[in-house]
Amino acid sequence: MLNQILKLNSKIFNDDVEKNSTRQGFGEGLLQAGIENDNVVALCADLTDSVKVNIFADKFPNRFIQIGIAEQNMASVASGMAAMGKIPFIASYGIFNPGRNWEQIRTTICYNNQPVKIIGSHAGLSVGPDGGSHQMLEDIALTRVIPNMVVISPCDYIEAKKATIAIAKTKDPTYMRLSRNDTPVITTNDTPFVIGKAQIVFVPEVGLAHVGIIATGPALYKALVAAHTLEKKGIKVKVMNLSTIKPLNENAIIILAKETRAIVTVEDHQIVGGMGSACAECLAQNHNVPIEFVGVRDQFGQSGTPDELEKHYGIDTSDILEKVAKVLKRRV
Amino acid sequence: MENLSDSKIQELENTANNIRKSIIEMLNHAGSGHTAGALGMTDIFTLLYFHTLKHDPKNPLWEKRDRLVLSNGHICPVLYATMAHAGYFPVEELNTLRKFGSRLQGHPHREFLPFVETSSGPLGEGLSQAVGMAIASRIDEKNIVGHKIYCMTGDGELDEGQIWEAVMLAGKEKLSNLIVIVDRNNIQIDGNTEKVMPLNNLSDKFKSFNWFTQEINGHDFSEINNAIYNTKNSNGMPSIIIANTIPSKGVKEWEGDYHWHGKAPNDKEAEMAQSELNNKK
Repeated sequence: MLNQILKLNSKIFNDDVEKNSTRQGFGEGLLQAGIENDNVVALCADLTDSVKVNIFADKFPNRFIQIGIAEQNMASVASGMAAMGKIPFIASYGIFNPGRNWEQIRTTICYNNQPVKIIGSHAGLSVGPDGGSHQMLEDIALTRVIPNMVVISPCDYIEAKKATIAIAKTKDPTYMRLSRNDTPVITTNDTPFVIGKAQIVFVPEVGLAHVGIIATGPALYKALVAAHTLEKKGIKVKVMNLSTIKPLNENAIIILAKETRAIVTVEDHQIVGGMGSACAECLAQNHNVPIEFVGVRDQFGQSGTPDELEKHYGIDTSDILEKVAKVLKRRV
Repeated sequence: MENLSDSKIQELENTANNIRKSIIEMLNHAGSGHTAGALGMTDIFTLLYFHTLKHDPKNPLWEKRDRLVLSNGHICPVLYATMAHAGYFPVEELNTLRKFGSRLQGHPHREFLPFVETSSGPLGEGLSQAVGMAIASRIDEKNIVGHKIYCMTGDGELDEGQIWEAVMLAGKEKLSNLIVIVDRNNIQIDGNTEKVMPLNNLSDKFKSFNWFTQEINGHDFSEINNAIYNTKNSNGMPSIIIANTIPSKGVKEWEGDYHWHGKAPNDKEAEMAQSELNNKK
C-alpha cells in the first residue's frame, strides 16, 4: 500500500491517473524560483520552449540569455555569472548538457564550486522516436562522478517543481534530470521534498518487507505498479523513491537493505555507473545483500514508442517483477 | 588620451623586471611549469596590476573590483608573481609554487587561492566565464559602478571551438564592459601557431564578429595603456587587444624559442637569466 504519511496521489493505480511531465514541473518551478530570488537567471541553447524555460523567459526577459547552439559556452558563461552572485540555470537536452559540455561542467562549474544548476531534459529511452542519438542514458554516471556535484532525478511533475525551487536555494553545483513525456503524477503538493532524503513510498500493510525496490525518476511509477502486483500475490514489498542520487541517502538505503535482505534498483539509464551502481557501492561497503539491476544493459537505444523501447531494453514492469523473483531466490 | 609619464614608465619597467626575476626563481624552485608565456606577458600584467585595474590587494574580494580572468592558466607564474608584488600575499610564498599543500597550484584553483577569479588550465574556457561575468554585471543594476571584466587568453588556445562560441555571444550581447587581451606570441606546444593551426589575421576575424579590435606591441607600456584607454570608444562592442609579444621576453637566449613553452629553468639556466635581469636595473 502507498505510504500514507507521504500524502501521495491516492489515484495512482487508476487507469485515468493524472499525467504531466517533469520538464513542465521544472519550467513552473523555475518561474517560482525567479519570483522568489532576483539572482536566479536562465540560459538556454536554442531549445527554450522544449525544455520549458520559456515560462521564465517570458516573465523575466532581462534575466534570460539565449546562448545559441553552444552548450560548452553555456556551461562556462553560467559559471562566470555565478561568480558574480547569480544562480544560473542552464537547460538543454541531457545528451548535450551534461553530454556535450562535460569537461566545462567539471572545470568551470564543479572545480570552481559555483552554484550553477544544470538541467538535462529528454533523458532516458522514453524520448522514443528521436532514436538512440538523443536518448541520454549516461548522464547520471557522468554527473555523479564529479566532486561537489549534487544529482537529482525527480519522479514526477510535482516533485520536479519542488526540486527546482529547492536547488535554487543551495550553493551547490547541481544536475537535475528530466523527461520529455507526460508520466503519472505520483506525489501531491502535500508530499514533503528535501534534497538528499529518500522516501519509502510503498509499504506492506503489515509486517516486514521481503524485498526493497529502489527507483529514480518517472520509472518509479513502474516500480509502484510492480509492487501493487506483488502485494496482491502476498509478497511484501517496500519501494523507495531515490530522487537525490548524490549525496546518497546511505542510511535510508542501509535500513531498507537490513529489513528486506534483497534489493532491486530501477532506472531509465545504463546500469553501468547509474543510480543502482551508487546503491551497490553503498551496500557493498555497509551491508551486503543480493541486488538486481533494472536498467539498460550497455546498449544504445533506437527509434520506437517508449513502451516498445522499455519492453525491448528490459526496463518495463515485467522486468521489475522478473528481477524481484530472481533476487528473492538469492535472498539469504 | 591618458599618457604615461616617463617616470611612471621607468617605475613599471623596474617592477616588471622584479616580477620576471620572481617568475624565474619560482619556476626554478618548482622544477616544472611554463616559462615562455609567463615572461612574455609580464609587461601587460604589470601595467594592469600597477596602473589599470580597479582593485584592492588588502581587500581582494571587494565587490566593485574589476575582474581579471586568466584563461590560459598555465602562465599563472606571472599572475602569482604580479599579485604578490602588488601586495596580495608575501613574495616569499611564490617559491611554494606547485608544491603539495601550496595555495599556488600548478594551474590556478580558486578553492586554494580565492584571490583568483576563476580556476583555469583546460584551455578555451576563460573567455566564456568572462563573458558570463560581463553579462551578469550588466544585468545587475547595483553594478552600474561600471567595473570592467578583463580576460587574458593565449593565441594557441584560440584553436578551441568554445572560444568562438564565446566570441559570437559577446558580439551579440554588445559587451562593452569586456576587454580581452590575446597573448599573440605565435607559439604553442607543438611549434609555431601558424603551422600547428593557422590563426591568420586575427584582427579581421574579430572584426567580423563585431568586436572593437586593436593590435599593439605587448611590451610597450604606452601602447598597452593607450589601447586599454581606447576601449572606451568601442561603440558598444566588446574589445580585443591583440598584443604581439615575445615568448620568454627579458632573457635574450630564450626569446622566441617555443621549447620554453612548457619547461622550467634548471639552476644554471636560472642563474644566467637572473644575472641578465640584474644587469637591466
